[in-house]
Amino acid sequence: MLIGATLAILVVMILAIIRGIIGPTLYDRILAVNMFGTKTVLLIALLGFVMGRPEFLDIAIVYALINFISVVGVLRYSDSFAFKQPAEENQPEEP
Amino acid sequence: MKDLIAVVMLAGIYGLLSACFFVAMDAVDVAFTEASVGAGISTLLMLVAITITGRSEETTRHKPALAFFVVVITGGLLIYGTIDMPYVGAVDAPIQIHVAPRYINGSMQEVGVPNIVTSVLASYRGFDTFGEAVVIFTAGIGVLTLLPLARSRKDDDAIESLNESMHEQHMIVRIVTKMLIPFILLFALYVQFHGDYGPGGGFQAGVIFAAAIILYAMLFGLATARRVINQTFIQFIAAFGVLLYGSVGIVSLLNGGHFLDYSVLLADPIAGQHLGILLIELGVGCTVTSVIVIIFFHFAGHKEDKQNMKNEGAR
Amino acid sequence: MDVAIEIMSAICLLIGSFLCVSGGVGVLRFPDFYTRMHAVGVTDTLGAGMILIGLMLQSQDILVIAKLVMILLMTLFINPTASHALAKAAIHNGLKPVLDNKERNNTESESSSR
Repeated sequence: MLIGATLAILVVMILAIIRGIIGPTLYDRILAVNMFGTKTVLLIALLGFVMGRPEFLDIAIVYALINFISVVGVLRYSDSFAFKQPAEENQPEEP
Repeated sequence: MKDLIAVVMLAGIYGLLSACFFVAMDAVDVAFTEASVGAGISTLLMLVAITITGRSEETTRHKPALAFFVVVITGGLLIYGTIDMPYVGAVDAPIQIHVAPRYINGSMQEVGVPNIVTSVLASYRGFDTFGEAVVIFTAGIGVLTLLPLARSRKDDDAIESLNESMHEQHMIVRIVTKMLIPFILLFALYVQFHGDYGPGGGFQAGVIFAAAIILYAMLFGLATARRVINQTFIQFIAAFGVLLYGSVGIVSLLNGGHFLDYSVLLADPIAGQHLGILLIELGVGCTVTSVIVIIFFHFAGHKEDKQNMKNEGAR
Repeated sequence: MDVAIEIMSAICLLIGSFLCVSGGVGVLRFPDFYTRMHAVGVTDTLGAGMILIGLMLQSQDILVIAKLVMILLMTLFINPTASHALAKAAIHNGLKPVLDNKERNNTESESSSR
């Protein structure tokens, strides 16, 4: 059962990579990365159980955290790209 | 692909994927490092770098066909080289018969640390790790030299107002982040001091610690984060880490051992090894944390400075 | 008792795998960003939770269970937040959802113009 779940996760990872490569907009790619990150967490946890080495879970925790940080980073900075024009337009109105 | 952000995203996926390889190959510590550095921090730093340089790739004049040709030739030669390599896990492979048995057999008696990777990294190969810490420190100095932060008080206020307007909308993310940051810091400390017993150590812990600070800086504004972490203080910590590492080596020299030979630090060699590894991991953690924070602050600060200057010009 | 726990764990893993795969199919097949995001955002959280609960049922070590609970809590916090932030950033930056009466190529033209 563990191996079946691992294979399922691997399939999902492949699907996510495909979406990351073809994804027309930037946000599709971010979504793919986010999804890939969650699936990596699951894969590492499952692999730890399959191989009988539960200390892999530490890595899974790191992934869960790092994934969030990188998604927030991407959103924060992709926001600032799109904000460039409106921010400049708004400037003269400010005192 | 001309959109550099998409390239960074794919690089992030690659980082996640290669860490999966490392986990599957049972290299837990490497997977840990790849998780924190390759997938997390380097993606972030590249993104911040893109905000400085611009989003789309410039059209280049070089011949892509030639480059492709060279890459194919090199890759083909490398693949040809792998044919001669022994199978993974073969008993007579050079990696298995060179120094690895010595480490595996002697580590427990000589160093007394359950995680052999840590004992090799910090004790047997302590000098190499010292070099790595110095390289990271040098990277920090390089960024400090190339991207100076020359800002006045007025700019600080301007940045703050910019940030306020920008972050008012990220309410939910901010609240969740506020709850998560203590856990991230705690987990970083766990990784730092648990490195003797499980996967982890100074490099990984430093990166996770820095990631928490960067997360804070991204969501609550650079000016706020700078108020929490003083620029002078963080520069001091970066130097302090390398100095701590080096001075452990000097102390062991003065106690009559070799450079970075921790056995002579205390009366009991095993306890001395433990103390030495703890101290140098702490030094590495300090340096890595502060250098990454410095790099991020300078990259992001540079960008906000530029934006401010543009705003000044518009007024 | 052991058999019951084993079966429950297997059921959890099965549900989790099914949800993850359906999310993966959804992310590939759905027409625009927002529907893809709903496919991922909904199935990711429950699928991951199910798989982690299935693993929890299988483990005896209390430390391992504690770590799994930590991962589960983080997933429950982080996934919806990330989805929310992503959707918000997308709509804020002018990515329009594909509506029923509009042409499919709306997203394509928009992505090329950006």
